[in-house]
Amino acid sequence: MTTGADRFAHDVRAVRVVWQREMIRFFNDRLRIVTSLIQPVLFLFVLGTGLSTITSGAVHGLNLRTFMYPGALSMAVLFTAMFSAASIVWDREFGFLREMLVAPISRWAIVVGKCLGGATTASLQGVLILALAGIVGVPYSLTLVLTVFGELLLLAFTLTAFGVMTAARITQLQAFMALNQMLLMPLFFLSGALFPLSNLPAWLQVLTRIDPLTYAVDPVRRAVFAHLHVPVAAVHRLNPGVSWDGWRVPTWLELLIVAGMGAAMLGVAILEFRKAD
Amino acid sequence: MTVPVRAVSARGLARRYDDVEAVAGVDLDVEPGEVFGFLGPNGAGKSTTIKMLCTLVQPSAGTATVAGYDVVRQRDDVRRTIGLVFQDPTLDGYLTAEQNLRMHAELYGVPKAVVGDRMTDVLGMVGLSDRRRSRVSTYSGGMKRRLEIARGLLHAPRVLFLDEPTVGLDPQTRASIWRYINELRHREDITIFMTTHYMDEAEYCDRIAIIDQGRIVVTDTPEALKASVGKDRVQITTQDDEAAMTALRDRFDVAPVLAEGQVTFAIAGGEGFVPRLFAELGVPIRSVSVSRPSLDDVFMSYTGTTIRDAEAAGGSNQWVRMMARNR
Ligand SMILES: Nc1ncnc2c1ncn2[C@@H]1O[C@H](COP(=O)(O)OP(=O)(O)OP(=O)(O)O)[C@@H](O)[C@H]1O
Ligand SMILES: [Mg+2]
Repeated sequence: MTTGADRFAHDVRAVRVVWQREMIRFFNDRLRIVTSLIQPVLFLFVLGTGLSTITSGAVHGLNLRTFMYPGALSMAVLFTAMFSAASIVWDREFGFLREMLVAPISRWAIVVGKCLGGATTASLQGVLILALAGIVGVPYSLTLVLTVFGELLLLAFTLTAFGVMTAARITQLQAFMALNQMLLMPLFFLSGALFPLSNLPAWLQVLTRIDPLTYAVDPVRRAVFAHLHVPVAAVHRLNPGVSWDGWRVPTWLELLIVAGMGAAMLGVAILEFRKAD
Repeated sequence: MTVPVRAVSARGLARRYDDVEAVAGVDLDVEPGEVFGFLGPNGAGKSTTIKMLCTLVQPSAGTATVAGYDVVRQRDDVRRTIGLVFQDPTLDGYLTAEQNLRMHAELYGVPKAVVGDRMTDVLGMVGLSDRRRSRVSTYSGGMKRRLEIARGLLHAPRVLFLDEPTVGLDPQTRASIWRYINELRHREDITIFMTTHYMDEAEYCDRIAIIDQGRIVVTDTPEALKASVGKDRVQITTQDDEAAMTALRDRFDVAPVLAEGQVTFAIAGGEGFVPRLFAELGVPIRSVSVSRPSLDDVFMSYTGTTIRDAEAAGGSNQWVRMMARNR
């Protein structure tokens, strides 16, 4: 009856409306915007300032807060993206998911719309942290903002895809939250958000290379360092990049790893939701 | 085509959950334009039948079509053709009524040019026009239900499925929802398939099917069903109930019961019987009332229990559901 092209156009319309709903909810919920900011701000200013007393304020002439800044950006995205993914569990509990599931649309449209919505809201949250750049000694620059925004968008998409994939299976909000807490903390600690990924003991070296988040944090740090004027020694020490057995992984490959994982998890999420009723 | 396609048609439709036979072979035919009621106690299989007809649950046996489309092979066509109001609420409380409706219009591909008019129409119909910009979380239970009905109609479906549209609502709201439903059938070219376990509501339907333990026991118009029970119900109060009961048993061959100070019995042609009763009972009568059989009596005569007893035995989850609805 309907052609493939019609069908696709209708599904795209559905993607947009699912995305729009995430936007409306995000902007309606100012409290959530503020509370999601608290964690990265604490991280940056309390932890960053507190720890810098050990190192007498600066490492190789670089303030510790500046070093931790990319970590704070990733952190803001991490928690917001997970919150977005949790909303699908929430939707199921409060019934709205069913309204979407019975609509004459393809299931992939729901999943893609959710992931795009999570990606957008999380990177908007990242932008708020980006606005703090000046305070931690990172110069404001349009290219920096755009590069970092793009990288955060990619990270947020992958994280939401991961969340939606889990949400297809785990139908209880509490279980979902517990699982994420259990996963997010180790992922975050091992990602290079807190310490440079060089001169580590072998076991930690291996774990940090396995952590997918590592490949998302590093490009952000590279982008930030590209706009700093710091001595070469400091860059070597604090922005060593990710290396595999001595080979430094290029930025494009890191981003490709993040994107590839995002695509794979999106695929799994779509398959899972095709089965759900 | 001379014969219009049936709105709903099912043959041997069944669904099994592990060891529970939720629906055990249902045959149904609903004509276009009908208001068809599905009546049964908790756990009878009403919701499961609706879910199969709406393509949400796969039948484990049998076939069904909705507006001529097969519910398994032509899922998308079925989905486009139907409107749905579930037993459990499916609104987004964070959004306003208008945003909920707009979202629905997009999901169902309603042409942009008509969305505004349709929204105004359906909101006016359920009397929510002045609250269209309020968040749904601020609505009362009855308003939410009315909004769900409005949303189910937004894309001009040919068949509207309502799963217990009035459960947990006060009598006033129930009456107003029934007014909308009645108005609907006149204004829109639509078939309504609904479930209920309120007997008085079943009276509004053109035809009803009584379902019990996954099987349809009977399908007919409410009038025909009541006529098939045949007998009227006569209630009398007397000066000596014991003596009256004995006399009724002996002289008129009926089976009276004494409940709440009244002697009640069933007999064909109740009104014509009253003069004979006065003449021949031999016990002074204080009052008499004769009533036609109700659907309660119908349910009783086809299933052997009253719907309330059937629900009590089935472990009613009514209360839990009402709590869920009021979240
Ligand atoms: N998803 C499910 N898993 C297992 N059993 C189920 C499921 N859904 C329904 N059932 C069982 O199928 C039977 C029929 O349930 P159904 O919801 O269709 O009843 P109903 O007639 O709608 O009752 P109610 O008036 O309480 O809404 C019940 O015994 C129920 O426990
Ligand atoms: Mg039900």
